[in-house]
Amino acid sequence: MLRYTLKRLLSLMISLAVASVLIFFVIEVAPGDPASFMLGINAQPDTVAALRAELGLDVSKWQRYVAWVQGMLVGDFGTSYTYRTPVAQMVSDRLWVSLPLTLYALALSTFIAFPAGMYAAARRGRAGDVTVMGATQLGVAIPNFWFAMMLVLVFAINLRWFSAGGFAGWDKGLGAGVWSLTLPAIALALPQAAILARVMRSALLDVLNEDYMRTARAKGLTRAQTIWRHGLRNALIPVLTIIGLQFSFLLAGSIIIEQVFYLPGLGRLVFQAISARDLIVVESVVMLLVFAVIVVNFAVDLAYAAVDPRLRART
Amino acid sequence: MSLLEITGLSLAIDGTPILQDVSLSINAGQIVAVTGESGSGKSMTALGVMGLLPDRTTTSGKVLLDGKDLLSLSEADMCRLRGNAIGMVFQEPMTALNPVQTIGDQVAETILIHGAMGRKDAYARAAEMLTRVGLPPDRFPLSRYPHELSGGQRQRVVIAMAIALRPRLLIADEPTTALDVTTQAQILELLRDLARDFDMGLLMITHDLAVVADMADHIVVMRLGEVVEQGPTMALLTNMQHEYTKMLFAASSHEVDLPYKSSTDVLLSVTDVRRSYVLPRTRLFGATGRFEALKGVSFDIKRGERVGLVGESGCGKSTLTRAILGLDAVQSGSITLSSAPVFAGNAPNLAVRRKMQVVFQDPFGSFNPRHKVERLITEPFHLLDVPPTGAMRQALIDETLLAVGLEPSDAQKYIHQFSGGQRQRIAIARALIIQPELIVFDEAVSALDVSVRAQILDLLAELSNKYGLTYLFISHDLSVVRTITDRVLVMQSGEIVEQGRTPEVFARPRHPYTQQLLKAAPVLPDLSHLHMMTDQKDLST
Repeated sequence: MLRYTLKRLLSLMISLAVASVLIFFVIEVAPGDPASFMLGINAQPDTVAALRAELGLDVSKWQRYVAWVQGMLVGDFGTSYTYRTPVAQMVSDRLWVSLPLTLYALALSTFIAFPAGMYAAARRGRAGDVTVMGATQLGVAIPNFWFAMMLVLVFAINLRWFSAGGFAGWDKGLGAGVWSLTLPAIALALPQAAILARVMRSALLDVLNEDYMRTARAKGLTRAQTIWRHGLRNALIPVLTIIGLQFSFLLAGSIIIEQVFYLPGLGRLVFQAISARDLIVVESVVMLLVFAVIVVNFAVDLAYAAVDPRLRART
Repeated sequence: MSLLEITGLSLAIDGTPILQDVSLSINAGQIVAVTGESGSGKSMTALGVMGLLPDRTTTSGKVLLDGKDLLSLSEADMCRLRGNAIGMVFQEPMTALNPVQTIGDQVAETILIHGAMGRKDAYARAAEMLTRVGLPPDRFPLSRYPHELSGGQRQRVVIAMAIALRPRLLIADEPTTALDVTTQAQILELLRDLARDFDMGLLMITHDLAVVADMADHIVVMRLGEVVEQGPTMALLTNMQHEYTKMLFAASSHEVDLPYKSSTDVLLSVTDVRRSYVLPRTRLFGATGRFEALKGVSFDIKRGERVGLVGESGCGKSTLTRAILGLDAVQSGSITLSSAPVFAGNAPNLAVRRKMQVVFQDPFGSFNPRHKVERLITEPFHLLDVPPTGAMRQALIDETLLAVGLEPSDAQKYIHQFSGGQRQRIAIARALIIQPELIVFDEAVSALDVSVRAQILDLLAELSNKYGLTYLFISHDLSVVRTITDRVLVMQSGEIVEQGRTPEVFARPRHPYTQQLLKAAPVLPDLSHLHMMTDQKDLST
């Protein structure tokens, strides 16, 4: 297990290093001078020169890359050009909205998908299965912003249970913060839950045909006990893969939902930074997202090994 | 009163009759074998007793265990009986265990699920049972996972699970079919001992008549869902009444008509072939180990000879086959066919490849289900420089299909429209169509029922005589090798430990491993000999 973990950790380091080089040089290689690009076509030459000096563009690329990486390692992401505030501060403020939102949505999606998928698998071909699968078909097909608007219409405007948008802030208490993230989390979670439920169902159905499920029945376990004790853990491998992918998707893909609910999250920050050509912010947020995705994949790899002893032994 | 009494059991799935009026009984401590070919309903009979039939099954008749009718019990009551009063062992030990649970957990689960004792006692009992089946915890700790055990060891775990609560009845469905002969002998021995020690009724389901004759006190022969004949083993073997029973036993000991041909012309020559695989590191910075699959294998096959290759799983048979077929390069040594190397440089030598063909075990898995037979059997044409076209191609297809006992019209059908035996004929046609000099049969008849197997063996003999073909026949089934081959090679741990004329090796094996193999292989009793014995008994009484 230790060997497996070390191996995965090494692969994580390499992925991060490659990603940082890619992100840095793609922005460097992009045609034009970053400073004049950021300032737009009407900028005065002396303003461009001042920005170049401020950005440290007068030293070599590798030196800048090293400085950028060193900065990130100690939490210094540079200063935003448009806001004139440290990027680290901006990102961490937004992360405190986006990360809880993502985790909330992921938890909701899992809590909906697991029972739904298990129920459908246990009732394969019967009315319950057809209903659940029909609902997931809709869930996959309908875009989440439409869900978001419908949720706002019903629960915020008509029933007035939630506010239609904005974030209360964590300083108002945990309950208020969670409450204001609930509608966006549901809107984000529903399509993901639909996909996850389908994966759960098919993974379980595969497992139900396995010989060891019949062995378990021959030992005297009821149908439900066999699914619960022997089926679930074996079906988890494909499900974990999807959950890992969904985390990355939710973290980066909440741009539209954050717009709909007017949430001060990372998605909105990237959106604004791109519009304002604030490359330092874009670079940092992209790197942060890549970091999150790679770390989550690492966690998923460890989860595989926790679930399946054969993986621990083999690699 | 018998322990298990099945009377007039009939069952149908979605209205299709599966079993009709099946009756049999088992006493405590008695071993009853149910035998028959695929589709005879023997497994369904077992599942019927377990109450594990597929959904939409309708049943009639009675299945009495200690006088209690199992068919009338509720599902909850059946759950209480399964694993408790009735244990079951399945065919495939490689997949019968949950891969993500330890063997200790799985054996203890049988005990815990029935609430028979507390956790601590349950694990103590699990250890005791694993010891009883030959897996003592000092060498096989309860924390082992199934993938860390061999097939035979896994089957022992399955048996430990089934007997953990000392059931009155044990059902074993083809318990040794997937195992090597020596392992099979050990598992059969274990089952026999357990039945005796625990005074347990044992319902054995097996297609292997040699196993049946060897093990059972009482034999039940089934065909197409019906019991055709049953009786005490000795009486049934010496006085078979039903045509089907006679046919089954005749087919099991079928001998082909294949006169020995001597030849001096070497066709295939394997010289000092070595192949090893890199093993994963056991420690992070440790050196990688090597597994030597072939440790300097040498032998010749002469033109027109039929040579058998026997050995147990992991002995290097598959590696050797792949090397001979040019599918895999070897690290040293040479393999030549008519003096030309099968592997030229880094690529298989096509000029040689077209002179060899192979027939695999699974006739269904080795065909693309979306292609017609015509396309399937003409696949080897890509090995030819100028593949035949038009009328010539058609003539070859027709001729080859006729040669393997099929009709030219079969060329337009798909593979799922054929039975297992017919599929294997198509596989032979595919091998035959480019008129190879050597055909390799890799467990080619192992998956077939005995009656079909006898027909295929006859076909192979006929083709060999007609076309002067050379065969390399790889099989774990010694009785098949004995009849179809002229010479036999015995392989163990990457080495050929014995080779010689087949009748001589079987009659007087010299190497201890060959002796062990032949001793472990169950054999059908010599029926003429049995007749004589009973006749004498009749005379004396």
